[in-house]
Amino acid sequence: MIRVTRRYRFSASHRLHSGALSEAENRQLYGKCNNPHGHGHDYLLEVSASGPIDPRSGRAVDVGALDRLVREGILQAFDHKNMNAEIPEFAALVPTTENLALEIRRRLLAGWSRTFGESGPKLARIRIHETKRNIFEVTEGP
Amino acid sequence: MLITRRIEFSASHFCYNASLSEEENRALYGAAANRRGHGHNYVVEVTLEGSPDATTGMVLDLKRLKEILDREVIGPMDHRFLNYEVPPFDRVVPTAENLAREVWNRIEPHVRTANTRLHGVRVHETEDLYVDYYGDQE
Repeated sequence: MIRVTRRYRFSASHRLHSGALSEAENRQLYGKCNNPHGHGHDYLLEVSASGPIDPRSGRAVDVGALDRLVREGILQAFDHKNMNAEIPEFAALVPTTENLALEIRRRLLAGWSRTFGESGPKLARIRIHETKRNIFEVTEGP
Repeated sequence: MLITRRIEFSASHFCYNASLSEEENRALYGAAANRRGHGHNYVVEVTLEGSPDATTGMVLDLKRLKEILDREVIGPMDHRFLNYEVPPFDRVVPTAENLAREVWNRIEPHVRTANTRLHGVRVHETEDLYVDYYGDQE
């Protein structure tokens, strides 16, 4: 079994603010990230897929197909966007990078079998670097 | 405990399956199918799993690991054309996946000790593409 990881970049802005909390509680919880006008990051997204090596191609994952899925399913929607205002799921959900990772996972899985078929490689991991110092990871499987 | 050593080497390759047509190879590998070849600065991370030896305090002496990697990987592959100069890539397409498996096969017998096993091999072909191989038993 081989796991192939591809890195992608996108820039987006967000504001961490929960409608369930008061203004004061939001400021206390999220600090600078609660700035009403938002702020942005250069996100580094790693998408990993795993499967056996295909003897015909010598590859486990069609990287071109993965690139198309991520470009059309994720980057076009998120790059240079204000996530609170332009990603419908974040109208009510706080766009922390935890929630961002789960939303990216949901969108990738929605297009996965159309891209790779039922017997192709499986989504194995999503890893998002919000900054050089803050990294969030969701791993598939048991 | 896991310990990792990182090495680098530069080599050229191309990806071409001789049992397929030129068009099929182009469709499969794109620019990488150009049989004149192109190169990468490969970065390979080798991770061992084990517990520190009671006497030395080491999982495996990293000097010894360096010697193994120099002899089995860097020596044969650095500044080489993988398809022409490094078997089995005269008959196995030198994708990053196959390269990771080949590095595993070359070093695994040499790093195995009573308290150490090879855990994984990571091959970075570029900054934006890497593969992990954990052996076929998993």
